[in-house]
Amino acid sequence: MNWADASAGWSWNPVTDLQQIWAFPFMVNAFRAGTVVAVLAAVMGWFMVLRRQSFAGHTLALVSFPGAACATLLGIGAGFGYFAFCVGGALVIAAIPRAGQGGSGQESALTGTVQAFLLACGFLFVALYKGFLGGVNSLLFGSFLGITTAQVTVLTVAAALALGVLAVIGRPLLFASVDENVAVGRGVPVRALSVVFLVLLGTATAEASQITGTLLVFALLVMPAAAAQQLTARPALSLALSVLIALAVTWTGLIAAYYSPYPIGFYVTTFAFAVHVLARAARTLDSAVDRRRFAGAGAVV
Amino acid sequence: MSAFTHPYFVHALLAGTAIALAAGLVGHFLVLRAQVFTGDALSHVAFTGALAALALGYDLRLGLFAATVLFAVLLGALGPRGRTDDVAIGSVFSWILGLGVFFLTLYTTSRNTGNGTAGVNVLFGSIFGLSSGQAELAALVAGLICLAVLAIARPLLFASVDEAVAAARRVPVRLLGLVFLILVGACAAEAAQAVGSLLLLGLLAAPAGAAAHLTDRPYHSLALSAGLAVAEMWAGLALSYSVPQLPPSFAIMAVATAVYAVAMIAVRRPRARVGLAEA
Repeated sequence: MNWADASAGWSWNPVTDLQQIWAFPFMVNAFRAGTVVAVLAAVMGWFMVLRRQSFAGHTLALVSFPGAACATLLGIGAGFGYFAFCVGGALVIAAIPRAGQGGSGQESALTGTVQAFLLACGFLFVALYKGFLGGVNSLLFGSFLGITTAQVTVLTVAAALALGVLAVIGRPLLFASVDENVAVGRGVPVRALSVVFLVLLGTATAEASQITGTLLVFALLVMPAAAAQQLTARPALSLALSVLIALAVTWTGLIAAYYSPYPIGFYVTTFAFAVHVLARAARTLDSAVDRRRFAGAGAVV
Repeated sequence: MSAFTHPYFVHALLAGTAIALAAGLVGHFLVLRAQVFTGDALSHVAFTGALAALALGYDLRLGLFAATVLFAVLLGALGPRGRTDDVAIGSVFSWILGLGVFFLTLYTTSRNTGNGTAGVNVLFGSIFGLSSGQAELAALVAGLICLAVLAIARPLLFASVDEAVAAARRVPVRLLGLVFLILVGACAAEAAQAVGSLLLLGLLAAPAGAAAHLTDRPYHSLALSAGLAVAEMWAGLALSYSVPQLPPSFAIMAVATAVYAVAMIAVRRPRARVGLAEA
């Protein structure tokens, strides 16, 4: 297949379209990396939303920007910077009691200051590294064009490790997230679980940053999980649903970004937001129908 | 002083002082009301608004103010005192950021006047790039925000510290909350011009957080927050002027963070007393 065939437009035939897209090695790698990231982000995000640690997730996501900028300044791979800063940031957040769970004004002022300062550090690294300005946008907003096979391998290994650890601590973590007091009473090590979870969340944000960029990681973490938890209350089902939504959003985002000049981050956030809005609408409609059915049956609420 | 012979420095000083004053006043109430996450969301909205205006060919500031004030009204309308669900705020603002990227690409690819650094300037600020007209307008708007905050300071303080009692005393709590959110939006748009939409959260949160550590008395803390913000702005500008490698917005953030850290270490008080004003 030559270049002219492969770069032809959308043909409404999914099979030939996918063949065209996958004729490029970088697109194959983007799909592999996107799949790994979507699964990991959806699972971690599901626990994050359940534990109401959105602010911590947002902060960890932003930490990846100075990480990547610092690594580039030092001349080492950006991937190392992502992992070092995100996991380090997770340990710092774990050290501050109750930080990242919303908290009171004083605690969120602290989190906000740390966030802004780290972003300012990222900007300083970028300013010190001359001629890097074009790269800022792809660090912040993501780019799937430059993913190499080696990076995909690293991503897959890290994701497998993170999901493996999560599988081990999954049951007690779910228990601790749903009812912390009872879990403490039953002798579950709640505090240790929380630290391990934050480190795993750091790993997930470090990975996802490489696809969606620093500013949009949060979208992939929060929206599929929030939509799935709107749709069903059963843990296993909504976890699976969250992964499915994240996969669908990432794949359609990649395809849309391939056929248009706009960046992938825009498509991923837009599709994810659309799913989230639909899920909320479905939930509202469903409970309205329920109420009417109860009223019709003569049940008094 | 040689710095004052450069017009760009004088403009930055004029605009920066007014913006820091407004950010210190508004930030104090933002921390008192535990609405820092809302400030975060408004800062992301500022980015999208500015780039949408650029992409459509309007003045950047028009987009900043229109987007932040509109979003503030929306937040105020959605929930009592603008406190909607964290996850809902998070979902909306991450989508809005994605929309900002869309406008950024639209701007850099479709308009031949567009330059690739516009997005970086909006995100991280370019206070040394203000013209005299821009600086004067920024100072004027920031002054108006300050006056508005001072005008509603008394009832707003009452409503923030004890909402139920304030409502019983016929203080219009809901209206005050909405007006305050609009002021936060306007202030975010102002501060975005100085330190950029990603860093303005630091200018809002750091002086207010430090002031809340240093004193419990509400009006002292309000004045201290504004004073600290202005001092940090001056120190940051001076630092950036004397060490040209440091971008001004980084220097301002670094000074603000250092002051906050010193305030936290110097004043170790029991948590209960710090939490007193929050209720």
